[in-house]
Formats: sequence, C-alpha cells, structure tokens
Amino acid sequence: MATEKIITSKDVHLYYGEREALKGIDLDFMAHEITALIGPSGSGKSTYLRLLNRMNDLIPNIRITGDIRLHGQDIYAPATDIVQLRKEVGMVFQQPNPFPFSIYENVIYGLRLAGEKNKAVLDEVVESSLKAAAVWEETKDVLHQSALSLSGGQQQRVCIARVLAVKPAVILLDEPTSALDPISSSKIEQMLVNLKADYTIIMVTHNMQQAARSSDRTAFFLDGKLVEYSETAKFFTAPDRKESEDYISGRFG
Amino acid sequence: MNVKQQDKLATGVLYTIASLIILVLASLLAFILIQGLPRVTWHFLTTPARSFEAGGGIGIQLFNSFYLLVLAMLISVPLSLGAGIYLSEYAKKNWLTSLIRTSIEILSSLPSVVVGLFGFLIFVIQFKFGFSILSGALVLTVFNLPLLTRNVEESLASISSMQREAGLALGLSRWETVTRIIVPEALPGITTGMILGAGRVFGEAAALIYTAGQSAPALDFTNWNPFYIASPLNPLRPAETLAVHIWKINSEGIMPDAVAVSAGASAVLIIAVLLFNLSARWFGQHLYQKMTSSGKKGA
Repeated sequence: MATEKIITSKDVHLYYGEREALKGIDLDFMAHEITALIGPSGSGKSTYLRLLNRMNDLIPNIRITGDIRLHGQDIYAPATDIVQLRKEVGMVFQQPNPFPFSIYENVIYGLRLAGEKNKAVLDEVVESSLKAAAVWEETKDVLHQSALSLSGGQQQRVCIARVLAVKPAVILLDEPTSALDPISSSKIEQMLVNLKADYTIIMVTHNMQQAARSSDRTAFFLDGKLVEYSETAKFFTAPDRKESEDYISGRFG
Repeated sequence: MNVKQQDKLATGVLYTIASLIILVLASLLAFILIQGLPRVTWHFLTTPARSFEAGGGIGIQLFNSFYLLVLAMLISVPLSLGAGIYLSEYAKKNWLTSLIRTSIEILSSLPSVVVGLFGFLIFVIQFKFGFSILSGALVLTVFNLPLLTRNVEESLASISSMQREAGLALGLSRWETVTRIIVPEALPGITTGMILGAGRVFGEAAALIYTAGQSAPALDFTNWNPFYIASPLNPLRPAETLAVHIWKINSEGIMPDAVAVSAGASAVLIIAVLLFNLSARWFGQHLYQKMTSSGKKGA
C-alpha cells in the first residue's frame, strides 16, 4: 500500500461567526486509500470535508485558519486557482444531484466546458467513466435519456461518473449513500474500493459498517475535534480512546 | 354539520368560484369574437386605416404593434436577463440589493399611464425622439423590465442550490455554472415569462399614447431601409399600435364604420394576446421536455 501523503492539514480552525466549528484539526491523507470520516451530526466532519475543495468559501461570515496542502501546495494561498483545485479534488454530495440533461451530457459536461469537442474522445470518456462508476450496463442503451429518469442509486453513480470524467486526484464523498437503499449503497461501496487504485477517496459516512468494510483509515470527529485517527482495522477492534469505543459500540451519537 | 358535509360544501363553493371566473372570461371572449370576427378579413388585416370613410383596415397598426414589440423585447430581454442573474446569483444581501428589489417592485406597480407620461417628458421631449417607435419601445421597456427581471430572478432562484454546488464542485467557474447549468435549467420558466410579458406589451395602450403617438402615416412596404422616412423599419416615425388605435377610434373616430373597425381590431388584439399566452404554455413545456429528457446538441 502506498504511503505517500497527498493532503496534509495542520491546526485547522473554522469559525461560523463567533462559533468555532473546527477546533484545530491535524489530519493527513494517504494517496490511493479510502479514508472514512465518522462522528455524530454536528461533529464537524462534513465541514472539514468541504474545506478540502473550498466549498465552504460560499458561506458568508466564515473564517478559516490553519494550513491545508494538496501535493504540498497551500490550497488557501491567495494565488490558488479554486477552479483548478476543484478539478483535482472532485466531490460527490449526499443527495444525488445530476443536471436535468441527458446521462451523456451529465458525464461530459465538465470536459465539454473545458473545450473538448472530439466526439470520439467524449464517447470514450462517457463509457470509461460510467464503467468505472459501475453504472454502464444499466445506462449504455439510454445514454441520451434524462439522468432524472434513473433511480436514486443510479443517479448517484452517474454523479460519481461525472466527477471521474474530470480525472481528479482526490474524490470527496459527503455521505454518498445515506439517501439510498442498501443494495445501491453496497454497489457504490464496492465501486469505491475498485476506484482506489486510481484515486484517493475521502468519505464522510454515518454508516459504521460502511466505514469498517470499505475504508483503510478512519478518522473520528467529535465536537469539532479529531479524537482518533488510525487504520480502520485497529480503530474498530482496539481503539485507543474511550470516546471512540463508546461511539462505535453505540453508547452515543 | 359533520366534517364530510363541510368538505362537500367547501368543494362546492370553490367550484362555483372557479366556474364564475371561467364564465366571465368565456362570455367576454365570446362577446368580443362574435362582434369582431365577421369584420376580420385578409383585406381588413392588410389595408391602412381610413379616417373619414368606411372600409379601412388595421394593416399598419398591426405591423406597428409587432415591430414595437420586437424592438421593446430586444432592449428589455438582455437587460432583464442581466439584472435577474445579478440579483439571483451574485447580489449579496445588503441594503443596496434590497433597495434595488424595492425599486423594481415600485416600478412594476406604477400605472402605465404614468410611465407613459414619464416617457413623453424624457424620450419624446428631452431626448427629442418625438412621437416614435423608439420612444414607444423605450417606454415599454420601462414598463416591462421590472416584471421580466422579477421573472428571471424567480426562475433562477427556483433552481436547487445543489445544482450550483454540483457545478462548482466539478471545477466550473461561477460564471460557467450560472450560464451553462442554472440558466439552461431555468430557461423554460424564463421563456414563459418573456412570452407572457410580450403579450402584456402587445396589448398596452396607455403608455404608448404619448410616446409612440396616435398616428399611423402611410408606409412604403417596398422600401425597408430604416433611414427612409416612410420605411416600415424607420424607428423614428410615429407609430399608432393596435391597442392605441382601438382607444382612439372609440374616443374620437369619425369614420362611419368606427364601431365595426373597433370590434374587428379588438378581436384581432385579443386573439394575438391569447396566442401569446397559449404559446407560452406550450413552449415552456416543450422546452422543459427538450432540456430534461432527450439528448440535445451533438450528443
């Protein structure tokens, strides 16, 4: 397993107005691994995830301090090109949010706007992305139908394909399966495991089994702090901290 | 009275109110069409009006109405798109934008005759455009802009914020997200609003009386050079529209068949406005289906 650090963060604080939502997070992510961020609602894990592609920038009255680096580059430096950053750090949301266009258009939208016009290239990207997102078999005959005509689970996989088509290095997933049925969830989980050869995956999840099954490392957030970060196998069998043990055994949260 | 009876009674009352509204509309339409349609012939639609003798048509007024509409929409559509996009996508919530919104609301509730007098003072007198198509188009823009802007803003605001996040997270710039995802998604609503606005402009009279004027000089339909004085396209010629024409012949028409001309013109006007409304519905739905289902452009 590769152990190169792809994202590093040091002493990250985030304030909504006066309220401190993240209280000094130090967390590094390894390339080609799946890292699960777990913790009760309001623990700051989603807020932290959205720092990594600067989605929080849209929120008014927010203040961020600390140091977050991708490939050693400070992503909050003034010179950072946010658009470029988001091409390298893709994101999948809790609710499937396909554009109300055809499946084909959904997958190539990013590329098309980047100026790619060659139909052979676009066709190839559509096929490879949908295959990688494990939704090709279900969609190959209906590529020009609306993405909204698909089921929720299929929509979510098309959304993942849409991110893959841009070829990011890192994929952030914010509770990607919490709106889906168990069968769709397990398909996505399996797919993520297959994707880690090519991508680094960071996933917020409320589903402890999902974290235990599919991730390599687990980070446990509580009340804006990172309580414990270790290899998943160790975290779920022999956690170092009492809070971790309480949480995974269901004593709170 | 038990709950079921209450429910029945309420349903009955609601149905009665609804049928009353339909009845008013239907009888109005029937009256205008029965009075007016016998007069509407190809000859009526294409010949110029006559001031003193019977047998005149509404050709020039009809052309004027459409030309004025096209010019007014050419000015107000881009402006309202810009303003609507700004208010919905870029404007921060502060005193300035709430001032803009309040201004738009006030502007949209001004009586059209007041807007017309304002246009008379500014465009006709101050800017020396005279009674002209140009003055008319500008005053129609003032009249129409607030409603169109409102429509664009609301159409955009109804698109889920998840779509904006999806666009940004894909590495699209804000401008790309707005113009390539949010605006296309809102296009059916925007288009419907624009067409309805066009219908409103088409039937407007009060704002035009003092701006586009009440005379329809003879036009030379063989010369389309916009700088030629009798050219149909000349934007600086006075241009009585259909709605103004109806008002005028009813108040001071001295042709012997004034009543019939007025009825015929009203029928044509109401059919045009109806067509705008129906096409707005059809076009909006059609566009929505096109946007959301079948593969489009080059796919």
